[in-house]
Amino acid sequence: MREINVAQVTETVAQLCIDACLYLGDDVVELLRQARKKEVSDFGCYIFERLLENLNIAAEQEIPICQDTGMTVVFLKIGQELHFTGGNLTDAINKGVRLGYQRGYLRKSVLTPLERVNTNDNTPAVIHTAIVPGDRLKIIVAPKGGGSENMSRLKMLKPADGIEGIKKFVLETIVEAGASPCPPIILGIGIGGTMEKAALMSKEALLRRAGTSSSDPIVAKLEKEMLELVNKTGIGPQGLGGNVTALAVHIETYPTHIAALPVAVNIQCHAARHQEAIL
Amino acid sequence: MSKIKLIQAPAIQEQITKLLIGEKVYLSGVIYTARDAAHQRLVNQLQAGQPLPFELKNQALFYVGPSPAKPGRVLGACGPTTSSRMDSYTPILLEKGLKMMIGKGQRSAEVVDAIKRNKAVYLVAIGGAGALMSQCIKKAELVDYPDLGAEAIRRLEVEKMPLIVAIDSQGNNLFAVGPKQYARE
Repeated sequence: MREINVAQVTETVAQLCIDACLYLGDDVVELLRQARKKEVSDFGCYIFERLLENLNIAAEQEIPICQDTGMTVVFLKIGQELHFTGGNLTDAINKGVRLGYQRGYLRKSVLTPLERVNTNDNTPAVIHTAIVPGDRLKIIVAPKGGGSENMSRLKMLKPADGIEGIKKFVLETIVEAGASPCPPIILGIGIGGTMEKAALMSKEALLRRAGTSSSDPIVAKLEKEMLELVNKTGIGPQGLGGNVTALAVHIETYPTHIAALPVAVNIQCHAARHQEAIL
Repeated sequence: MSKIKLIQAPAIQEQITKLLIGEKVYLSGVIYTARDAAHQRLVNQLQAGQPLPFELKNQALFYVGPSPAKPGRVLGACGPTTSSRMDSYTPILLEKGLKMMIGKGQRSAEVVDAIKRNKAVYLVAIGGAGALMSQCIKKAELVDYPDLGAEAIRRLEVEKMPLIVAIDSQGNNLFAVGPKQYARE
């Protein structure tokens, strides 16, 4: 059985936190460049140019892309042949978050929900684990900002609502969100499963390379239709009007109950931050 | 691209009154940071008849919780946060002399009315452009509520902050007119 010392997990998580907050993936950068060409409004073009300029400044000066460096969401794909040594894995991840947010001068945005007392080190992380074949560990760190997360929604639709009901719910969510989640946005949508499965799929959908389609042709068609519908709302960059509201729509599905049609919409701003490493 | 107006903070009423929605401006001068928790405290202090940590008259509030400054820098990333979360606190602050607000996104009808009544202005910065905005901050110092961390009130000296007039002193609202022009059936 292969062994990994959790100290290695700590160091990896710390570095991924910093990298995620300073550097945006080339997939999103390319979508922003394309959107700049597609956008017809004066403000829209101005905003796309400033966002691209912002990414350059962030990388050159090593300043976070956005001051909201998020709540730290960590996905672990744990090979079933692996054995962790040297301590508690959850503690090791939180230690990595603590170190990363200190070393990287990232904002500590996590607090207790009722008393609203800041933990001052951005812990605890939200950790999702999956056991997979093999003897490797994949770590994905995806800091999620509050503005876009606040506008995300989940609804248990009726089976009779069907695909039209899904489209209606997604559009209502986007229109209600308006300027608040800092459009241009990327939409992660989870359809099926149970309530929590739909929510988790909507977040996992955001980890996909931005702008790539689902391998399922029916889902890919729905992604394309939803992207067009969202961009017809006119909300535009920063909600000031324009023809690019979303850069991409990613949908994940899972079988569900005969009585159910859960739909979760996770809204992501252009700072679609996620970095990964394999140990 | 239209010409970019230069404006000052603390506010000069004559400049504020002339601003119209859709105008791009560069703001220079002194502004104060305040977001959710700081707004709650400011309003609680006002309602209790206590003095505020700074004189509100003619001031500009920037809705921001910056990331920490690296050694040798003034401040970290500092883009705007969602203004609508401040809506319930805003009318009373406007009645007490607040003149300019800097944030992102729509405001409530009550806030639009209060802006009009008090001849104030709401400016939007580009959400998500925190590194870009940090280039405009020349000095930052803590004013009060240090226990709030990123949410503490700070006094910022800013130079040519790029902003857009979103609600003007006549109550015109860019969010009400902008998206309509681009909506398609």
